[in-house]
Amino acid sequence: MSQLNDPIFGVHAQALTVNRQRLETLSANIANADTPGFKAQDVDFRRVLDSYAPNDVQMQATSAGHIGGNASAGGLPDSALFERESLQPSADGNTVDVDREQAAFADAALRYRASLSFADGRLRSLLTAITGGR
Amino acid sequence: MADFDIFSIAGSAMSAQSVRLNTVASNLANADTVTGSADTAYRARMPRFETLMAEGASQPGVQVTDVVESGAEIGKRHQPGHPDADENGYVYTSNVKVVEEMVNMISAARTYENSVEVLNTSKDLMLKTLELGR
Repeated sequence: MSQLNDPIFGVHAQALTVNRQRLETLSANIANADTPGFKAQDVDFRRVLDSYAPNDVQMQATSAGHIGGNASAGGLPDSALFERESLQPSADGNTVDVDREQAAFADAALRYRASLSFADGRLRSLLTAITGGR
Repeated sequence: MADFDIFSIAGSAMSAQSVRLNTVASNLANADTVTGSADTAYRARMPRFETLMAEGASQPGVQVTDVVESGAEIGKRHQPGHPDADENGYVYTSNVKVVEEMVNMISAARTYENSVEVLNTSKDLMLKTLELGR
């Protein structure tokens, strides 16, 4: 996904990556809904945001010597994952609440779609500029 | 391919749950099987689930480590006319609990359906991503 890491997409390229990783985490929860002792995990967005830019939302490199403030859209920091508490813990130590996972999965999927349409919009405005609206 | 982790995670859940459905089918089919000795009587089988961390994957899927036999007591019934009866006139029934198997079946089917949903949603999102800028 590093090709998407272009200024034209703004924050949306990273948002796509983080949302995809959240979808992965939630799909692992759903897959392990019946595995004894499995602890459900989720992504803490605040911590992800902090890891990308500690003080400001985004930093700009105004000189060639600057190191870009946009962290690479590669991995999710381990600290961003947290174990979710179960509302109804089961006897075998599994903490997956399937209904909650489904709701969270739908939420993450919607956010992914939103980021996708923002990125698409950026791309379209660039295309309009190139073709002059023809 | 980190981008396609969800597919292997959901796929692992679907195959694990179908193993579970297979054991349920086998147990239900053999619920009324009788034999001439307690040693050869049919014992209910059930799969043991464990998280599976695929190489290079960020999130775990699920795998069936082995299929274990139930240690529940084998029933015996006095039926001297039965062709399989032992010298005392007893036949030995399976230890399958039909209601338990039905519950297992519903649980396996639900988790399977959830994984199918996860797969479909992820597929839609990936297809949408491919259409970026078109």
